[in-house]
Amino acid sequence: MKKVGIFNKSTDAVASNIEGLTAQERQRRTLLKGATAVTAASTVFGAPLIWAQNIKDVTLRQFGTGVSNLNDVATKVKEDLGFTLEMTALDSDSVTQRAATQPKSFDIADIEYWICKKVWPAGNLQPMDTSKIDNYDKIAGIFKSGKLTPESVIAQGTAPHSVGFVDGPDGKEFVNEESGWMTLIPTIYNADTLGIRPDLIDEEINTWAQLLDPKYKGKASILDISSIGIMDAAMVCEAMGEITYGDKGNMTKEEIDKTMAIMTEAKQNGQFRAFWKSFDESVNLMASGEVVIQSMWSPAITAVRAKGIPCVYQPLKEGYRSWGGGLGLSKNLSGLELDAAYEYINWYLSGWVGGYLMRQGYYSAVPETSKNFMSEDEWGFWFEGKPAQGDIVNPQGVKMEGAGAVRDGGSFYDRMGAVACWNAVMDENQHMVRKWNEFIAA
Amino acid sequence: MSDWKQTCTNWMQVSPLLFILGFFLVLPIFAIVAVSFWASTEYSYHPAFILDNYQYLFTSKVTYNVYFKTLMFTAITWAITLVIGFTVAYFLAFHVRSLHMQITLFLVCTIPFWTSNIIRMISWIPFLGRNGIANNTLVNAGLIDQPLEWLLFSEFAVVLAFVHLFTLFMIVPIFNTMMRIDHTLIAAARDAGANGMQILTNIIIPLSTPGIMIGSIFVVTLVMGDFITVRFMSGGQSASVGRMISNEIGLLQYPAASASAVVLLFTVLIMISIMLRFVDIRKEL
Repeated sequence: MKKVGIFNKSTDAVASNIEGLTAQERQRRTLLKGATAVTAASTVFGAPLIWAQNIKDVTLRQFGTGVSNLNDVATKVKEDLGFTLEMTALDSDSVTQRAATQPKSFDIADIEYWICKKVWPAGNLQPMDTSKIDNYDKIAGIFKSGKLTPESVIAQGTAPHSVGFVDGPDGKEFVNEESGWMTLIPTIYNADTLGIRPDLIDEEINTWAQLLDPKYKGKASILDISSIGIMDAAMVCEAMGEITYGDKGNMTKEEIDKTMAIMTEAKQNGQFRAFWKSFDESVNLMASGEVVIQSMWSPAITAVRAKGIPCVYQPLKEGYRSWGGGLGLSKNLSGLELDAAYEYINWYLSGWVGGYLMRQGYYSAVPETSKNFMSEDEWGFWFEGKPAQGDIVNPQGVKMEGAGAVRDGGSFYDRMGAVACWNAVMDENQHMVRKWNEFIAA
Repeated sequence: MSDWKQTCTNWMQVSPLLFILGFFLVLPIFAIVAVSFWASTEYSYHPAFILDNYQYLFTSKVTYNVYFKTLMFTAITWAITLVIGFTVAYFLAFHVRSLHMQITLFLVCTIPFWTSNIIRMISWIPFLGRNGIANNTLVNAGLIDQPLEWLLFSEFAVVLAFVHLFTLFMIVPIFNTMMRIDHTLIAAARDAGANGMQILTNIIIPLSTPGIMIGSIFVVTLVMGDFITVRFMSGGQSASVGRMISNEIGLLQYPAASASAVVLLFTVLIMISIMLRFVDIRKEL
């Protein structure tokens, strides 16, 4: 009897609470009803309406290498999509480290494909449903089938398509076909080669082997990021005819040892002036004339030229070492944040960012949407390899090239069609890293 | 009862220090030692008890090369900073007569320290470069025909930067001990017929030993643990133990980095304990 009494009492309390709804609460309920109406409407008028209400509160935290972590992009996101994008730029080592060990510290990872191969097994990223990506069909073939054109040969190394898909929403294993679950949505990519100072070199540079030409003793440099440096070293050794590789992107221990032996010998003979680790270092080495030939990245060439110093991104007969990056979603994203992330990715591929990046010398994953955001002359110069009609300016409005200039290496198809190798992470990575450290310490 | 009270007070007095040292020194070192036995893959690491990290460290040729190079940098830097530091301190303590002037000149020595360590180091790069101020001046003066390549991105550059960065750490403690030397001792020695050299070797150097040792400990530990100076000034071409650790951290090899750190810690501790053999700092201070 007593128990029942208590029970009654508490029910009464609940009842009185319901009756005693504050005005505020009533208002909230009405709002909720309104929200349902908005949701209903949005199914008719398109997705963005759903979260138009709450989207301003969303903050997505993105981190990545400096190349695409641009504040201009964050500003434009706020303008076009309404939510906040926080950018953190780090070097490739730190990016790998964070993607692998600190899943709670980011929502979107802007990483390279070889980094993806390394960190995907850690399980901190979730694959994307390609059916939610509007421009999926227009993404360049390199990222899907691996082929730029149907006739293309797939280059060596960690080709983006080989780590671009997994078998399902919780997939851990990479699959070779377009499974509908994409690990990274490709954003930018480029073909790298050697940078030279044409004013300090009086012969034609046409092969990677010339990096170790004794003529440039004490005036050459290579980058000290083992996973990329080893590829440049391999391009050089292969061009010298010293080593024939089965796959430069996945060398055997013997191949690694031989490559590093050649590089170590060159180092001990004083071939290298310095090794560089960051973008700025490579620019300074080249601009100061300490180095006249070195492995370099495209925007670094532009930065040297912007100082009025001649610098050429020299196409070489063996082809390019290429790399690609993409956006990956953190495992922790869900609900509204996940929707916002998809919206961001769709926006990313819709052209504005592509145009912005292409004007810096990179390529966009969906070239045709970027075209709408570039002038005909810009498109002709950067993508088609045509001579510039007027001044070519970078996204900040600084003049890069004058009329008549032609992009080093030519058109998109000339450059991306001549990729010999993709940045990669090897099965023998640990051995390679040790050998690389021995080379640095030698 | 009063004994107990006394003990209690003692413990309470010592507890803040105990807490700080325990939390910020002992605990992190224990963590590093523990992690050094862990296992790792390319992208993760997990608790285990394996000796692989140490085994690789002690069997790799790189370790010995790198230690040799680091010890070489340490020895050269130590010798140069000692000579410069002792000379400067001697000048300040015995040649400058007024206390006012001594303090002023001493402060002048610290002016470079108003800017960051990294800036002071990097500013050498444009100065020493192939087309830098030093080479241009020498070429224009007709002293050399070709720019000197070894000025920058060389071991010379590394030692130069170390000396520039760390000499003050030698000057301060030596100056401090010299200031406490009783000037009447020197006067007495002179009255007894000692010449300048005898005064220096029999009075000033022995009485400055604690300062020299403290300065040496600063310089040795700073150079042994450095990674950034070696990287920038050698153009990434030279390795040091610190750089090796920083590379391993960059490659996510935390257990390997911890093992290297533990070995470095022991090496430095051994070096310091040898130095302390020469002088009883507690007695001298």
